[in-house]
Amino acid sequence: MLLITCPYCGTRPELEFAYGGQAHVARPQDPAAVGAQDWADFLYMRDNTRGVHAERWRHTHGCGRFFNALRDTRSDQFLGIYRVGESAPALPPDAPKEVP
Amino acid sequence: MAERYSDRQPPPITRSAVLRLLPPAARHVLRGAPSVLATAGDALGLSLSMPACRASVNATLAALWLAPDERLLLGEDASAADTSSRIAQALGDQAHSLVDVSHRQLGLAISGPHAVTVLASGCPLDLDRSAFPVGMCTRTVLAKAEIVLWRIADDDFHLEVWRSFAAYVSGLIAEAGRELALPDLAVASSDRAT
Ligand SMILES: [Zn+2]
Repeated sequence: MLLITCPYCGTRPELEFAYGGQAHVARPQDPAAVGAQDWADFLYMRDNTRGVHAERWRHTHGCGRFFNALRDTRSDQFLGIYRVGESAPALPPDAPKEVP
Repeated sequence: MAERYSDRQPPPITRSAVLRLLPPAARHVLRGAPSVLATAGDALGLSLSMPACRASVNATLAALWLAPDERLLLGEDASAADTSSRIAQALGDQAHSLVDVSHRQLGLAISGPHAVTVLASGCPLDLDRSAFPVGMCTRTVLAKAEIVLWRIADDDFHLEVWRSFAAYVSGLIAEAGRELALPDLAVASSDRAT
């Protein structure tokens, strides 16, 4: 079973978690001032990364907290975990290299 | 062929595991900042500032860590009003959330030398003592049901189950006993749970 490390509870089985989509997509501060195209981009447009992806996870059946993770979408390997509000940690030296 | 085995008696063993429904209890979920938890803990006489996934107990109450800002308080059935008024008085107008969930969930106990084996049939956590020591508690899943699991002793677990899931959980435990060939696994009646 895939293991995911919650920054609050420690390493737990994947079954306890829910995927929360791409991380660091900030909601516009003043939605009324945002044009239709920009608002649609905020709502619907996401990266389709082949490689290291910053994404949100929620420890739904645990502490219930959201947190961020760096995951390699090619291997499903988690390369880093960080709390909401923190910036992404450096990748470990043995992390898989980007494919050109 | 069956007749040839019919005379064989299983060796006498102690009960592998017992699942029983615990009596009604007072339950509160308290949420708030660390200062709120510290104040409420002083009022209740037990620390609510425990490390992650740990329980603290005193003579009348147990406090289970569920999240950084969330504790589940378990006490005697009759103590519900007393607990909530002590917390509310101590906290005054400090921002917090205190909810009486006494009747939302039921307490179950699984105990016996095979308690871990039975739980592991539906719970994906590593229940080895090194990974899930005595005193650890957490929200997790048992098959499709969300539970709170608390290890009270090596072979004794406390489960909190939302009451509509209790029949499912006790049925699952009984099935695990059959699947794991633990014919002496005892499942207490879940009449109250249905
Ligand atoms: Zn967690």
